[in-house]
Amino acid sequence: MDVKVTVNGETYERDVEPRKLLIHFLRDDLDLTGSHIGCDTGNCGACSVIMDGVLLKSCMMLAVQADGSTIETVEGLAQNGELNQLQQAFSDHHGLQCGYCTPGMLMSATALLRDNPRPSEAEIRRGIQGNICRCTGYVNIVEAIKAASE
Amino acid sequence: MLLREVEYARPASVQEAVRLLSEHDGARALAGGQTLINVMKARAASPDVLVDLNGLEELKGIDLASDGTVSIGAMVTCSELMGSAEARARPILGEVCAQIADVQVRNRGTVGGNVCSNDPTNHLPPLMVSLGATMHVTGQNGERSVPAEEFFLGVYMTAVGQGELLTQITVPPGKSDGFASVAIGKDGTCIVNAAASVNGGVRVAIGCVDAVPVLLRTDSPEEDAVRAAVQGADLDPPSDVHASADYRRHLAEVVAVRAVAQARGKS
Repeated sequence: MDVKVTVNGETYERDVEPRKLLIHFLRDDLDLTGSHIGCDTGNCGACSVIMDGVLLKSCMMLAVQADGSTIETVEGLAQNGELNQLQQAFSDHHGLQCGYCTPGMLMSATALLRDNPRPSEAEIRRGIQGNICRCTGYVNIVEAIKAASE
Repeated sequence: MLLREVEYARPASVQEAVRLLSEHDGARALAGGQTLINVMKARAASPDVLVDLNGLEELKGIDLASDGTVSIGAMVTCSELMGSAEARARPILGEVCAQIADVQVRNRGTVGGNVCSNDPTNHLPPLMVSLGATMHVTGQNGERSVPAEEFFLGVYMTAVGQGELLTQITVPPGKSDGFASVAIGKDGTCIVNAAASVNGGVRVAIGCVDAVPVLLRTDSPEEDAVRAAVQGADLDPPSDVHASADYRRHLAEVVAVRAVAQARGKS
């Protein structure tokens, strides 16, 4: 099936099998490998992207369902080679260790801060509830998001 | 994960969706996909045709009638229900949706999908039973209405037959509702849950203890009466790695009492 999507401002058109998951389309067909596959069961959130303004897990939908949509992935956050405020805050506060969950964390935090620019700690923790980190214990991730919101 | 090969259809109307679903034995409706895509990965379900309902605006409305009845389109997402001014007429709807999984899953997962998958650990089947909701099902021979307490037929089975579609859920007016659960981790899979509605009589629907929600009615919302009703139901819940049958039976009483207490607090 023909699928046309705009990802990070660039329009792509590809012929896609209906069975292909959106995460595989992004990584394998468009070579946007920033979004990760952690669990492939919808639990870990490493594949989180924003589609038409809505945060979702891209391993839990088909690529053909994204036809006509506008998608934001982690590759779209930095502008002209400069980390954005949120990314810089993750760096400054050491909000990652192995970094595997980071693309998903950044997209969930991006969606959260758009919705709620001044979240409390409880709201931050709830906002990244769908993203699992096995290294940090979340403390520095929460600190980073708090710092980016200030 | 690479899914088994599957055909994909994007109907333009409920009528076309129903036609596609009845034409193919192996057709399944695709709502939010937060359950179905996963079971397809595990090959626990292998539909031949996916009929994607996401383009059907007629399934996405939330309406509040002048008498307080809330109508929810089957394709309304949990997040949409949480944010809906109309749905606040029956506050428990948004409160329970906020306890389902996480932001991403609530953004895609739908009310219709949650009830139609009828996983015994889901939140919305017992809620709809306790509220006395009405489920509207459309097929090629027209529409029919099924009371929620007759809608859930077995594990993963509902009154929606092959070639049919749940289109809307109507929830009668009321405010005194409660919901309590014991889950695996915060907002995780429920071990036992209970929804209560104290609007006139007391209705308590207990989930995770049988193939379908168990509806109990008592005249009194007092703790003793609720406990007696749960004990009198002779529950025979399953045992698994998370909880033994005895523990689930114990929790059923606990969450039923909590749900009724919460409902009374709102009267």
